[in-house]
Amino acid sequence: MSSPFRAGFRDCLPFVLIVVPFSTLFGVVARDAGLDILQVMAMSVIVVAGASQFTALSLLQDGAPVFVALLAALAVNLRMAMYSAALVPHLGGAPLGMRALAAYFMVDQSFAVAVRHYEDSPQMTGAEKLRYYFGCITAICPLWYACSFAGALMGRAIPASLSLDFAVPVCFIALLAPLLRSAPHLVAALVSGLATVALAGLPWNLGLPLAALAAMIAGAQSELHLARRAARRAACPA
Amino acid sequence: MIGAGAFWALTIGLGVGTFLIRFSFLGLLGGRKLPDWLLLHLKYVGVAVFPALIVPAVLWPAATGGATEAPRVIAALLAVAAGLRYGPFGAIGAGLVALYAGQALL
Repeated sequence: MSSPFRAGFRDCLPFVLIVVPFSTLFGVVARDAGLDILQVMAMSVIVVAGASQFTALSLLQDGAPVFVALLAALAVNLRMAMYSAALVPHLGGAPLGMRALAAYFMVDQSFAVAVRHYEDSPQMTGAEKLRYYFGCITAICPLWYACSFAGALMGRAIPASLSLDFAVPVCFIALLAPLLRSAPHLVAALVSGLATVALAGLPWNLGLPLAALAAMIAGAQSELHLARRAARRAACPA
Repeated sequence: MIGAGAFWALTIGLGVGTFLIRFSFLGLLGGRKLPDWLLLHLKYVGVAVFPALIVPAVLWPAATGGATEAPRVIAALLAVAAGLRYGPFGAIGAGLVALYAGQALL
């Protein structure tokens, strides 16, 4: 049995392919927007949430007031409140300092990979789960800093024709696909996608939390429905 | 051009706010047990959030000014299929290769 830390590191390695272009792109775009290298690095180290950093920068560049850019970027990160709640059953027993560290490094990749692993390995102890989590973020976060820096140094050397921005949705697809493991998971994902399109006109990114809530309810209800049907079949085997 | 004052106010506000969002449940609840109905819903956080991030980024990308482009949609569908079959590496490889192939051909 390999160590949980190494297992987490290994399971997050595929996302190196995504983190490298995404964080490099952030460095490039931020320099393009007029930030100096210190500012680029300060943002990547203080915030550690790429999508919201892009959102905030582009709004500020468009001349939006600071509080508008701030609220929009925070709305993009609201999904992490759901990650935080979903990690409570697994990491909630850790000391406060460790939970704070886990919170600072909470990113989409470490959340999705870790929760999937925890559900597959219910025998893991709390300490092992924590080590697995830190293995995940060790594969992701140092690269995030390093490639933001590299991108900031490169400036405008990367041509737009490379479409590096497409690395972002591809990353989320790579995170989503392994989670689609049962009919209720599929139902939830479909409801989320359809609701997102239906709610696309809402301001402040509100479509995202609403679509996610609808999808969670759809997934939970499908699971309950399937369980009730299985129970009825078991009760009266016709 | 972004002013230094605006930049630092934004970055510090976003850093503190994002940390508080991430720390919220994990920090306050700690080892307390969550009710069953909540645990049932939390199982679906991942599959509920990711499509809501993927769909707009594929259909209305900022890089094209929000215009839908066929190579991006096709590449995203292929990435989903490859991800289901071969896991994260498959999704990433298929998505990027399909996008470049589609852009070269279409």
